[in-house]
Formats: sequence, C-alpha cells, structure tokens
Amino acid sequence: MKTTVSWLKSHLDTSAGTDALVERLVMLGHDVDGVEDRGAGLADFVTARVVSAERHPQADRLRVCVVDNGAEHIQVVCGAPNARAGMIGVFGHAGVTVPKTGAVLTESAIRGVVSRGMLMSEAELKLSDSHDGIIELPSDTPIGARYVSVAGLDDPVVDIKVTPNRADCLGTRGLARDLAATGIGTLRPLDTTPVPGKFTSPVTLRIDDPTACPLFLGRHIRGIKNGPSPDWLKSRLESIGLRPISILVDVTNFLTFDLNRPLHVFDAGKIARGLTVRLAHAGEKMLALNGREYALDPEICAIADDNGVQSLGGVMGGEATSCTEATTEVFVEAALFDPIRTAATGRRLEIISDARYRFERGVDPEFTGPGLEIATRLILDLCGGEASEIVVAGAQPEWRRTYALRADRPKTLGGLAVPAAESRQILETLGFAVEGQGGELAVTPPPWRGDVVGEADLVEEVLRVKGYDDIPAVPLARDTVVSRPAIDARRRRADLVRRTLAARGLVEAVAFSFISEKAARAFGGGDARLRLVNPIAADLSVMRPSVLPALVEAAQRNADRGYPDVALFELGPLYRDDTPAGQINAAAGIRAGRTGPRDWRAKPETPDFVLAKSDAIAALAAAGAPADSVQTSGDPPAWYHPGRAGVLRLGPTVLGHFGELHPDILEAFDVRGPVAAFEIFLDAVPAARAGRARPPLRLSVFQPVERDFAFIVDHAVPAETLLRAARGVDRKLVTEIRLFDLYEGAGLPDGKKSLAIAVTLQPQDATLTDAEIEAFSQKLVAAVEKATGGVLRG
Amino acid sequence: MDDLEQLRGEALRDVAAASSVDAVEAVRVAVLGRSGQLTQRMRGLGALDPDARRETGAALNRLKDEIAEALEARKAELGQAARAQRLAAERADVTLPVPPDTTGRIHPISQTIDEIVAIFGEMGFAVAEGPHIEDDFYNFTALNIPPEHPARQEHDTFYLPERADGSRLVLRTHTSPVQIRTMLAQKPPLRIIVPGRTFRCDHDATHSPMFHQVEGLVIDRATHMGHLKGCLIEFCRAFFGVDDLPVRFRPSYFPFTEPSAEVDIGCSREGGELKIGAGSAKGQQSWLEILGSGMVHPQVLRNCGIDPDEYQGFAFGMGIERVAMLKYGIPDLRTMYESDLRWLKHYGFLPLDIPSLVRGPLL
Repeated sequence: MKTTVSWLKSHLDTSAGTDALVERLVMLGHDVDGVEDRGAGLADFVTARVVSAERHPQADRLRVCVVDNGAEHIQVVCGAPNARAGMIGVFGHAGVTVPKTGAVLTESAIRGVVSRGMLMSEAELKLSDSHDGIIELPSDTPIGARYVSVAGLDDPVVDIKVTPNRADCLGTRGLARDLAATGIGTLRPLDTTPVPGKFTSPVTLRIDDPTACPLFLGRHIRGIKNGPSPDWLKSRLESIGLRPISILVDVTNFLTFDLNRPLHVFDAGKIARGLTVRLAHAGEKMLALNGREYALDPEICAIADDNGVQSLGGVMGGEATSCTEATTEVFVEAALFDPIRTAATGRRLEIISDARYRFERGVDPEFTGPGLEIATRLILDLCGGEASEIVVAGAQPEWRRTYALRADRPKTLGGLAVPAAESRQILETLGFAVEGQGGELAVTPPPWRGDVVGEADLVEEVLRVKGYDDIPAVPLARDTVVSRPAIDARRRRADLVRRTLAARGLVEAVAFSFISEKAARAFGGGDARLRLVNPIAADLSVMRPSVLPALVEAAQRNADRGYPDVALFELGPLYRDDTPAGQINAAAGIRAGRTGPRDWRAKPETPDFVLAKSDAIAALAAAGAPADSVQTSGDPPAWYHPGRAGVLRLGPTVLGHFGELHPDILEAFDVRGPVAAFEIFLDAVPAARAGRARPPLRLSVFQPVERDFAFIVDHAVPAETLLRAARGVDRKLVTEIRLFDLYEGAGLPDGKKSLAIAVTLQPQDATLTDAEIEAFSQKLVAAVEKATGGVLRG
Repeated sequence: MDDLEQLRGEALRDVAAASSVDAVEAVRVAVLGRSGQLTQRMRGLGALDPDARRETGAALNRLKDEIAEALEARKAELGQAARAQRLAAERADVTLPVPPDTTGRIHPISQTIDEIVAIFGEMGFAVAEGPHIEDDFYNFTALNIPPEHPARQEHDTFYLPERADGSRLVLRTHTSPVQIRTMLAQKPPLRIIVPGRTFRCDHDATHSPMFHQVEGLVIDRATHMGHLKGCLIEFCRAFFGVDDLPVRFRPSYFPFTEPSAEVDIGCSREGGELKIGAGSAKGQQSWLEILGSGMVHPQVLRNCGIDPDEYQGFAFGMGIERVAMLKYGIPDLRTMYESDLRWLKHYGFLPLDIPSLVRGPLL
C-alpha cells in the first residue's frame, strides 16, 4: 500500500515531518518497506522561460537560447528539437549535477558559443526514459520556482506493508487514524454530506444471493462529461504508481486508495434494464476490463443485466458496460461483497485486483453509503450532471460486537500496566466505543475493525499505541538452577552420527526433501501419493524415497566443476509414505573419485564397498546399535551393484544398506564410478540400554595368547559365516577375532579362497597350558569346518 | 709379577686397538673368558702357598677389574660412535609436508541449529519435532487460519494429491504445527523449541522452496509479553555474541498470536558493510527483521483443549538460514543447498566444534 506524506496530511493535521511519521507508522505495526523521495537530486532545478531560440551559427541542429530564470537572462546552447521561444522548461544552472549522468554542469563554449546551463529532459532528470526533447511545462507555471514543488515531486512516497488483518489501512485515512491515536496529530473531519437525489434511478437493483453480497447501493448520474482528471487527482494517482485514465475511473481508484472504498462505475447507457447480484451460471462468460475473457461457474459472484454478466462482484468490471470518454450517464455501484466469496472468485479466475484485495480482507460495512456520497460529489464536481436518488438492495449486516477488557490485562498479558482510563482513551481515539469504568471495560470495535474479535486484540490495540518499547523486558524464569537436557536420547544419538561421519572425512550437505520423479523411481520411490501437485520445477516434484539421489547428483555437479573427489553425507528425512511414521530419519553418504588428493605419503584409494560399509558401521555404532551383532547379507536394493553391496540387519530389522552403486544408476545420473554409498535408518536402531554405568571391567593378570588359523573355503562362503562360527566357540575365553588375510589364486584350488584369522585368548583364572590351547584350537577348527565346509590350511 | 705387568700391557693395548664391539668381545674372551689368559692364572692360584696366593690373587683381581673396566669403556665408546653414525644415516627431510587433512565439515544449518538449541536449552526449552507432511488441521486450521483466510494464500503451500475424502495433505509451511501437536499431547507448563524443515512454493534469490525454521512455545499461567521480550532479547544477544545488541519489537500480525510482534536486531551499514550491533553515534541505526512472535492466540489454545482463561504464553518463529547468513556472512541463500564442496568446506564447521554457551564461541 503506497501513499504520500501530503496525502496522509490531507487526513491528519500534524506538523510532524516524514521521518517522524514513518517511525510512528512502523511502531504502530505498519512496516514501511521504503520511502521514496522522488525529488532527490532535483532540488537545484528551477522553472524558466525560453526568451529566444536562434539557430546556432555553426550547427544546424543546435539552438542558442536565452533563458529567463526569474532572476537573470542566461544563454544556453540546446540540442532539443522542441526548444522554442515562449515555452517554459526546467533549467539547470552551471554548477548543478545532472541526475542521469552524475556529471556537474560547467560553463563552456559549444562550437564557439558560450553555454551557461542546460534545459533538461525527463531522461536527464531520471523521471522517465523519454528522450522526446526537453520538458515543457504549462504556460501558467511560475518562473524561477523550484521544479520539484511545481511538479509535486517534493512529496515523499511511503510504501507500507499493511498486515492482512488491517483492511482499514488499505486506505490512507485508516493510516492517518492510527497515527492520530498516538497523538502525533489529529484526524481531520471527513465530509460525508449526502448529495440530494434529483430523480429516480432508471437502473434497478436486485440481490439474489445475499451471502455473496448483503448490501448493494447504486446511483444513476446523468448529463456528465467524462475527460481527463484535474492535476491534483492525476498527481495523487501517479504518485502511487497508478496511471490516470479518466475522471470516472480515477475517482473510483481515488476512493479505493484514499478511503478503502472500492466502487464500480457502469456506463448506464449500456446496462440492459437493471442489475442483479447472483452466482454465475455454468457456461457464462465475461470479457473483463483487463481485456481477458473469463469462463464463469456457480462459485463466482456475478453482477448481471438482461444481456448477461457485466461485472465480477468485488473483483473486476466488464468491458461491455465500461465507461469511456463518450460516456454521458453512469451507474455508480457501492456494494458490500462477502470476503470469502470474493476471495474464491478471484482465486478461481486468477484475478488480482485492488478491489478484490480489499473486499477479501473486509471493508467497512457502515461506509458503503458515505463512500457513495463522496464519489457522487466528486463526479458531479468534475464531470457535471445530476444524480438520482440512491437505489438500495439488501441491508447492512450487523457488525456490532462487544468484548470485555479487564483492566489488568495489559499488564498480565501484555506485560505493561496501563491505567484503565488511558486504555479507554486510546481505544476511543481509534474509534472504539467504550462503556464502563474501573475493573472491566465493555468495548465495541468500530465497523472498520472486523479484525478485532476478543480481549487479546484489545490489549494489542492499547499496547501498540502506547508503544511496544514501553513494555519492560522480564527474564524468563527457569525451573532449575542448572540446565536440563534440551534434546532427547534419539536426537543426541543423531548428533553423534553427524559428527562421527564428519570426523571420518565426509562433508555434510543439506539437500531438498523433493527430487525428480526419475531419481525417485531409480531409488525405489515415485509413489503417486508423494508427488507434489504444484512443484516449483519438475526436478523437485516427488518426496524423496532415499537421501542418496541428492548426494549422487551433488557428486556429479562437483565433478562437473572439476572436483571429482567427493565425500558427502546428509542426515535428513526420507519419505516412505505420507504418514508421520513414513518419514524416516536417515543418514546417507557417498564417496566418489578418490579418497583424497595425490600425496607423497598417503596414497589415495578408490572408494569401494568396504569403505562404505565402514562408514555405515561407524554411523550405526554412533547411533547406538550393537555394531558387533549387526549381520550383513548380500541382497542389496536394486540401485546397488548386486555383487558389491549388502544389507545390514539386526535380526529381522533392516538398519541400512551399503555398497557400490549399480552401473545403471551411475549412467542415469551421469557420474563416474565407482561410487561407494551407504544409507542407514536412524529410527530403526533400537534404543540403547538405559543407564550410564558401564559393565564391570575385569582386567586379567594373565598374559593373553594369540593364535592364527587359516582356512581354505569355497569362494562363495561369506567371511561372516566363518567369523561367527569362530566367535561362538568360547565367548568367555576369546576377546577378539580379526580376519587378517584373504587370499585367492596360485597355490589354491580353483574356486577356493583362504581366510586367515587371528584369535586372542584371554584367560581370567590361570595361565593357559599348551594342552588347553590345543583343545581350544581343535574345537575352533571343528566349528569352522562344520560351518563353512572348509578345511584348515596345512 | 713382570708376567702380570706384561699381560696388563698387552690386554689394555688390545682393548684400545679393538675397532668394533665384536673385537672388544674377542679381547674379553681372550683375557677374561673361560680359558682366557687371566682366568687361567686365576686357576693357577690353588698351587701357591697361602701368602703368595693372597698376594697374587689380589693382584689378579685388580687386573681383572681394570681390564673389565677398559673393555666396558671401549665398548661404550664404540657404541656411541656407531649410534652417531646411525643417527647421521637416518637424517630425514623434516620439511616434508604432512598428509592432507581429510576431516569433513558440519553444514552451517546444522551448526546453527545446535547453537540455537544450546541457548534456548539454557532457558529451559526442550526440542520437539513433527512431520513434514502435515494435514490442514495442524498446519492451518488449528492455528486460526481458516480455509479462506488471506494469510493462507500468502503461505505458498505445496500440496500433495487430493485423497478419496477430498482432503489434501500439505508440506508444512512453518514449524508452527508442532505447537499444536505438542499442546494436544502434553499438559502445560510447556517450553519447547522446534527446529526443522519447512516448505514454501517459492524460489528466487531470497526464497528457497525448502528452508529451516525454529519455532518456540512457552505456555504456563503467568508468562506475558515482557517475558517474550526478555527471552528473545537474551537469545539475540547470546546468538550474535553482542552484549549490547539493540533489539526492537514492532507490532505485527500473525493469525495464531495476539498481540503479535516482529523482532528486529540493530545493525549498521556504514561503508556498505553490514555489521550486527548498535550503529555508531553519528551513523544511523538500521534494523534487520529476524523473528516473528506473539502471545499465543486464545483460539489456538482452545483448539488444543487448553483454557485460555487459565493458561497463556508466547510463541515465536525464526528462519535458521537467515540468522546463519547474518552471523557467518553467507551472502546467498541458495548456495546452502547446492552441496558444493568448496562452499561446504569454506562455510562448514569442524565436527569437534560443538556449540556450548559456557564454553563460548571458537574464536
């Protein structure tokens, strides 16, 4: 919502300057987006008459002009084709700065003729892009006056972000009323004297659907002459960026922005009999004032005559009954349209108009009549003619509501003690009716304040007029002296996962929750229920079934930028369905390229499934999973390499996947492989054992013994089978089993491999004897051979 | 005795001549070994009469000690030389660079969330969370935003497909639905903060279709707007690390709070550089909007089964990216989500740098 300082002052009697008014508006809740001083940089330019304009002796296209700036006659050389004797223009004396170029005008000789200044064009003053010669001012313009005053450019434009609740402030008067309540000035009275009707309107009114439009007033004005508006009106509209069109249109725009009273004028000569407010019929069409034809439906509020729909109630008028320069009789509409219906109409037809914006926020129901009177008077003043009596359809809806304001509520809710008498005075200046004294006030909001619906709103009115600055800040008392944990165990674990992965060399990314449908399908998703109806782009249209696709895309982008060595992870949601339980917290990571730059010592590696598994296991351990009990199986989801990836489980629960990505995925995402990836599901990790105390630690005084065993097994036998069998032999005695060698090739039969383990035995009660060690070894060999079908390597 | 003197002379000469530890050992064996010259003489002592035995024995022992000492000394001397030689041979180029640091980084959004939690945690808030795919009730209706409310249009909501019953799920447009979920599930007093993802159908230089907010909610019997100011001023000063940071509360409008306030922090833009804090005496104080807040609307409390005549409190919401950008000088919102490694390493945080108020910022 734009207005100007002088426009505000036409309603507000105040001596306050722009800065003070702006500051007060902001602290009232009307945030100011900007103050545009259109006269900035133009202060030194004055009006001047061209006394003579002769051809330059050395140049056909130039003129030597003598200019009267009110004080002296000055010679300038001018290249504008429209420079001529008698005209009044805008003069800049040598020494002033030209806004467009920033250059200072100097006295100089142009082709031998002295020039002591410049006659300005709009472009040079940065007023427009027009290069149509120098500015020509009306012949009655005073000479030697400041150009900004003459052009009305010394009136700063204030752009205000009116909050959706304050429909009343979508007119300048509403803002002035709020300002007046703070004591910065007084609200000037508004002349709403009725214009007596001279005849009965030939246009009749009927409301078929009072829910869409409870009240419709109208008035016929005949014998008018439409034409351009006077300068004051044009200047008002131009200052806020509206293009003046004709008196009839400009008057309706003026009332919209001055008094928040949208109106519509029909060319009465084009209305077939009367107007009816009703819902549109399916199949009806209307060509609107914006030049577009709209197909209507029964959700839409229409104003129709015998020929069909002529206007979209509260949204936009129709072309067929619009006013033109030739219009001689009009029918002025001042109606009350239902906010919800208006919003629905506007949204359905995708029309944003100043009228819709106001009706859907709610206009003052009491002001329908006064608004029509003011509009009538303006039209009669500017266009002549005579007005009919007012035609009325419907009735003004009841708007009076009364709320109690307990005297202590500004203090107990707002934190600022305000005496009841002061609360009362503030509310009354804002137009509220207040009854009662002392402990409880009965407050009736004015008709333009439909947003006030309870005591809390009244407290806000009192506080914002007093100023939020006056509310003393009070520390928020805490129940405990020492802080309590702010995050639960699950979130604490997630934090540890995040920092563990980063410590392992992965860089944290944050990617969007939505991805392309193609990517979603490639990673097991694409469920229609998770597809956005209104995505901003096709590649951000489906809720992601996995965190991985975004990381793979990121790897590709980084590689394209020349950084192919990628180690990224993200802790974030994936979406299995549209329920709250279907949103899973996951941790996923990928490594592509090499594990680091070339180095003289730390040789970089190519990421493989083992690295991905290491990351996954580290993340699971950080998440609180018993990492030693996690089982691995080689049945990965389809987006992984079928032979170089696996699933991590605890019993039947899938904790995550890891491995090298499938070549098809690499191809589809245009990434160079191999890419090692993992994804674990944090919500699937069982809650860790409660309690902080660690199990008792028994430190044996006896030497541990390490024994190595190598087994020859079939190629297909999983290492985990062997390790599990070895671990099961004597869980008390064995403290660690590590696979330290994997060998296939020369010296072994085809299809066989050798797996070598180091077993650490830690006796607790006595040093192990050779016989005991031998007995254990035999048991271990037997168990492994049984589980794997392999044999001890001789 | 001349014989002994000769032996001494020869032995000590041999020791001195020994040029290696092995040579020293050879001398030891030849003189002091099982069948060494001195050892044999010791054996011969038995044949002497007691007086001569005592005298000769003492002399032999003295000689034995002397030679042994000489052997040890020579051995140590040779050992030292050998070590010096070895050390010289082991000399390496210590100016060689160390292997590249492969530590990863924490994203500024995560770090900022941790910082925010650390501050509100000190004020007794606990973290709550909620789903991103919400239904209309939690995201709008319960928050006093009925279907035709103009505020709903300003939310730029992402919708999921219409379901059989005509309802549509949405991607939550703010973290406020978690207020509702919390109030429906728990009894007051409540003090929660809700960091998390939010979604709006908007994409330009300053808007991202996904961003993060943190919501705050305090409900009890006595909390009023003065507490809201106290809490948020404390937060802003702690978060930006500026003790005298000016904080301004402006009336505003949100459907789910009444009274409502926007919160601005002071900054200066002298010389084109944005600085968070009080403007200098002659420079004008500028303001940056960072928070929306207000007292929870009575209708919202009623929607959650809480009696507004008994309980009240405040709520606030803040964009996490925005405060992170201001605090860490990140110029462009969109770069947050591009996963550009160069950006992440530049703006990211070390994993061991865990935010804590008592430990202070890492400077």
